[in-house]
Amino acid sequence: MDFFRQVMVIAAKDLRAELRTKEAINGSLAFALVILLLFAFAFDPTGDTTREISGGLLWIVFAFAGTLILNRSFARELPNDCLDALIAAPISGAALFLGKAIANYCLLLAVELVSLPVFGIFYNVRWTQRFPELMLVLLLGTWALTVLGTMTSALTVNIRLREVMLPLLTYPILVPALMGAMRLTMELIAGTPINSENVMWLKMLIGFDVIYTAVSLVLVETILVG
Amino acid sequence: MNEKSGWGDYILYLLGAVVIIILVRDIYVIARLPQEAQQGAIFKIIFFHVPVAITAMIAAAVALVASVLFLITRNFRYDALAVAVTEVGLAFLAANLITGSIWGRIIWGQWWAWDARLTSALVCWILYAAYLMLRRAVEEPTQRATFAAVWSIFSFIDVPIVIFSIKWWRTQHPQPVFWGGGSFPPDWKAVFLWNMLAMVLLAIVMTVVRVRQENAQRELDSLRRTAHAM
Repeated sequence: MDFFRQVMVIAAKDLRAELRTKEAINGSLAFALVILLLFAFAFDPTGDTTREISGGLLWIVFAFAGTLILNRSFARELPNDCLDALIAAPISGAALFLGKAIANYCLLLAVELVSLPVFGIFYNVRWTQRFPELMLVLLLGTWALTVLGTMTSALTVNIRLREVMLPLLTYPILVPALMGAMRLTMELIAGTPINSENVMWLKMLIGFDVIYTAVSLVLVETILVG
Repeated sequence: MNEKSGWGDYILYLLGAVVIIILVRDIYVIARLPQEAQQGAIFKIIFFHVPVAITAMIAAAVALVASVLFLITRNFRYDALAVAVTEVGLAFLAANLITGSIWGRIIWGQWWAWDARLTSALVCWILYAAYLMLRRAVEEPTQRATFAAVWSIFSFIDVPIVIFSIKWWRTQHPQPVFWGGGSFPPDWKAVFLWNMLAMVLLAIVMTVVRVRQENAQRELDSLRRTAHAM
């Protein structure tokens, strides 16, 4: 089997398992809605200031809800020693990692695409003004969250305090990516196009994605096999 | 204790004594320097604020090298060095944040500003604190060292990205007074360099002490395992 097929088999397996049980995605969606509800009490949901900071709120929702999916990614393999079987399987650690990352990516995007219109309705934000650019930012920012989250999921799967350690590790290292995604989302929701001034955030997001994907693919074997 | 460590002890004590002498002298000299024209006495905090920052950066770089070496060689000495230097670097970065905060309270009128350098320093601090938390959460020694080394590499890559991205975000921190058109008198620069030396030496002494503790701990653990096995 070539590398690409191995990746797809792992991704399909994870997605199939998730779609049959729906344990992570249901939890994540419900959690996203709860956070969106809570933000309404923290800020005046109809005020103009809320619209200005809404891009930031959105990414906090995505990052929080995302950890629920990412936490399950490797932990799901613990019962029946499935993780050992996966590691013993004749595929590279990189293929296993990438497959899991792609499955997580699809699930995260699904949660985000449901949260977006809900957010638009609740907070009276017209988020479709710059739809293609917003989707691009969503894809890039979510990949950053996915690749680091899947990596920390692999790191924390066997350790004590797994649920605590994953966000503790993921959020600080995500700061540049989240910041770029928040800035861009805020401006795009406000109707500002991608211009010469904010395009550097886009470049930074792309660079962040490329660097961490490469480093993760190199180092994941060390983490899984030791 | 084996007899090899005897000389090591003497060198360590000597180095520690040298650090104390330089530090006492530096504090004496700094206290007697004239007050800076615009900022007054508080300006002198720079003699500690900047050296501890540079020391912390060196510590992060050493931690990276030690982590990479551990992953290549699987020699636990590098793991001990990595954890020791990370802990010491974290303490120095904390000193940097605290001295900066005190300065900010007097000059800016507030303890904290979400400025580029402050924010990136805080993010670095949290990243390396997470490194130590990760170590505590992993029980098995080889796994602990491997995971920690990987995380150290991840954190180190993040630091420049954090610094650049936050710099685009906003900057309020004063520009360096040494490079790029600063006006630092030569005799002040000498004091600064002396204190820089003191901070680096202090970090080295602390790191060596921590490395020895780590090595002793590992020896103890292996002895305990042997005792259990018997």
